[in-house]
Amino acid sequence: MLTIGSQQFHSRLLLGTGKFSDLDIQSRAVEVSETEILTFAVRRLNLSNPREENFLERLDLKRYTLLPNTAGAVNAEEAVRIARLAKASGLCDMIKVEVIGDPHTLLPDPLETWKACEILLEEGFIVLPYISDDVILAKRLQKLGVHAVMPGASPIGTGRGIINPFNLEIIIEQAEVPVIVDAGIGSPKDAAFAMELGADGVLLNSAVSGANDPVKMAEAMKLAVQAGRLGYEAGRIPVKRYAAASSPQEGMITK
Amino acid sequence: MKLRINGQFMDLDEKAITTVEDLLHSLDLGVKTVVVERNQEILLKEQHAATPVKDGDTIEIVHFVGGG
Repeated sequence: MLTIGSQQFHSRLLLGTGKFSDLDIQSRAVEVSETEILTFAVRRLNLSNPREENFLERLDLKRYTLLPNTAGAVNAEEAVRIARLAKASGLCDMIKVEVIGDPHTLLPDPLETWKACEILLEEGFIVLPYISDDVILAKRLQKLGVHAVMPGASPIGTGRGIINPFNLEIIIEQAEVPVIVDAGIGSPKDAAFAMELGADGVLLNSAVSGANDPVKMAEAMKLAVQAGRLGYEAGRIPVKRYAAASSPQEGMITK
Repeated sequence: MKLRINGQFMDLDEKAITTVEDLLHSLDLGVKTVVVERNQEILLKEQHAATPVKDGDTIEIVHFVGGG
């Protein structure tokens, strides 16, 4: 079970809801992924088409926990404003703190993320910051009281997978709150790898929404997360330099 | 009265629209969950009926859209 704040989840796959080409495909992808946590962004309503169909309206909100993000914020003040708007919907008290520090890499600004987390924790939010794979920042945020840390595997939308497993492993080892690997996941092997490293969950979006067959990829990601978690719990064999035969060395007829 | 809603200036009938609730009705949003901010102050749904809108107000109406 994945525990965030006081809530428990069976699924360790968190799914983003952006960039799906079609709401029907998206609904099916969400269904087969068996995810229980969905991320959303907060944006201005399009006044020229206010009734435009929206994915949220299709969801049975009893089955899913909403994790709005503060995407679009470039400083703590903007992130806090977006978080408060999200909470005022009455639909959620979790927030993914995402403060982008650079438009090309979309890497998060650690100082502004920190400030936003501090304010939002004081206001009673369940706070999940999206961060770089910075070991010390993860530690400091944890000390501050965040409910999970979400280090990126690689920059958002790149699909490059885990570029620094060493750092992620250390973040996971020292964490006392869930570690959710967020951003940069490209394929099922990346999700499985994150889970094998001991991550408590994986958050991905483009890897599913941008796949040729998003529904099939959603299922693949579900299985990858489950396989990676099982592998982690089972405990893998050590990596060796030389071969170690799996058949008995005694009683060979050729000797 | 002139309001600035989501960055656009809109001219609305001040007799028909006196509260945030009236304003949302006039926009015909259907079942959508929206959050309203009036002059930088975020409103809970319960406050819509009692919150007036006045000439010169800046209103933001936001909702949840797909995002990662």
